[in-house]
Amino acid sequence: MLRKFVVFIFILGCFVLQCSVFSSLAFAGIIPNLMVILTSSFGFMRGEREGLVIGFFCGLLNDVFFGSFLGFYALLLMYIGFLNGKFSRIFYPEDIKLPLALIIASDLSYGMLCYILMFLLRGRLQFTYYFVHVILPEALYTIVVTLFLYPLVLKVNEKLEAREKRRAQKFV
Amino acid sequence: MSPIVKRKGEKFTLPSKYLLLILTFLCTVLMLVTFGTDVFNRPLNTVVGRVVVPFQQGVGRLGEWLANRSEELVQIRYLLEENKRLQAEIDALTEENTLLQQDKYELNQLRALVQLDEQYGSYEKVGARITARDAGNWYSSFLIDKGWEDGLEADMNVIAGGGLVGRITSVGPNWARVTSIISDNSNVSAMTLATEDNLIVSGNLQKMAENCITFGQLVDSRNVVQVGDKVVTSNISDKFLPNLLIGYISSIETDANNLTKSGLITPAVDFEHLGEVLVITDRKQAVDEGPEED
Repeated sequence: MLRKFVVFIFILGCFVLQCSVFSSLAFAGIIPNLMVILTSSFGFMRGEREGLVIGFFCGLLNDVFFGSFLGFYALLLMYIGFLNGKFSRIFYPEDIKLPLALIIASDLSYGMLCYILMFLLRGRLQFTYYFVHVILPEALYTIVVTLFLYPLVLKVNEKLEAREKRRAQKFV
Repeated sequence: MSPIVKRKGEKFTLPSKYLLLILTFLCTVLMLVTFGTDVFNRPLNTVVGRVVVPFQQGVGRLGEWLANRSEELVQIRYLLEENKRLQAEIDALTEENTLLQQDKYELNQLRALVQLDEQYGSYEKVGARITARDAGNWYSSFLIDKGWEDGLEADMNVIAGGGLVGRITSVGPNWARVTSIISDNSNVSAMTLATEDNLIVSGNLQKMAENCITFGQLVDSRNVVQVGDKVVTSNISDKFLPNLLIGYISSIETDANNLTKSGLITPAVDFEHLGEVLVITDRKQAVDEGPEED
């Protein structure tokens, strides 16, 4: 129950920060993607199931506010969370390289899919322009923010896991 | 764990791949349904309006404050120098101002003649504050702090600083989403003010960095449209009220088909520094379920 509440606060907090504070502090009009950081880090920390559910709700929030129809971002982020969950078997909390690599890969593929589905299909063919001016800066900015956000998520998750373990032992 | 082998007392949990399949199906259905209709909009918009928007408004203020402070720090030294220079300039300008006052009187008379000013003034307007901007980097839309409780509806036009900003595309109880005309998925039917030639103004992400929007399909058979011409919303648009200023033509060239022209428009509104906007609560006479102009 506490975990659900904490995750809810995380999603809400990140979404609000992303579309208010970070929009005001955008570098060259580019804002980082906190939703991808959240989805993929819960994916590889907690497994496929949690990753895809969190991705779904992050995406749905984005859809309701900024999507022209519902379900698009939800589907995208859900699959990102699910695929990141596949890596939960080789994830160790001490190792920072895997999370960084996964988050940057997630954000790049998120950007690519957005470009292909929303722009390429409408005949915007200048891929290099969009890659250099939107997708790449977003990924770099995202990775900078990850360095601050990810340790926080990790710490909170460890606290929650320790608490859950204690409670499970009590009941046995 | 296989779902079939269920130990006693263990809670049944759906394996993640089935959950993925179910949610994928749900998303697809949602996309198909909401592409044409907006049945889920009202309940969903109400829920997020009650839960998320209060936070957004609070944090939005904070973000604004932060941005202002950081800007202040950068500018403070520059401002001190500028202040000195400006003091001198004020004296010169006061003198000039008296001259301009006279000009303004003349201008008002001329405006009344063109009747543009009168039309702007006669619309019912509501002021609103921008609380959040698009969470992605692809499209350009923002949220304002008023919704259907304040009488706003979808397709109402939004202006700021005398120019067209965009139109409302989604409404909640205490928020509304405005899709701006520089957004890559926006098209506006417009006309040149001087010659009343129709054209289509479309946002473009590539040109957004240069602070321009593109236009096309201008049939200008008499070759009279020039750089610097005023572009306003047209009479035939089904979403936009007529004669709202969009911007000025900054470049124009003939298309490969030799029939139509296209080029760039400098918008009248500074989209980077929008804080407050005006929503025109008069709507263009609603046509029942016309084809969506997106």
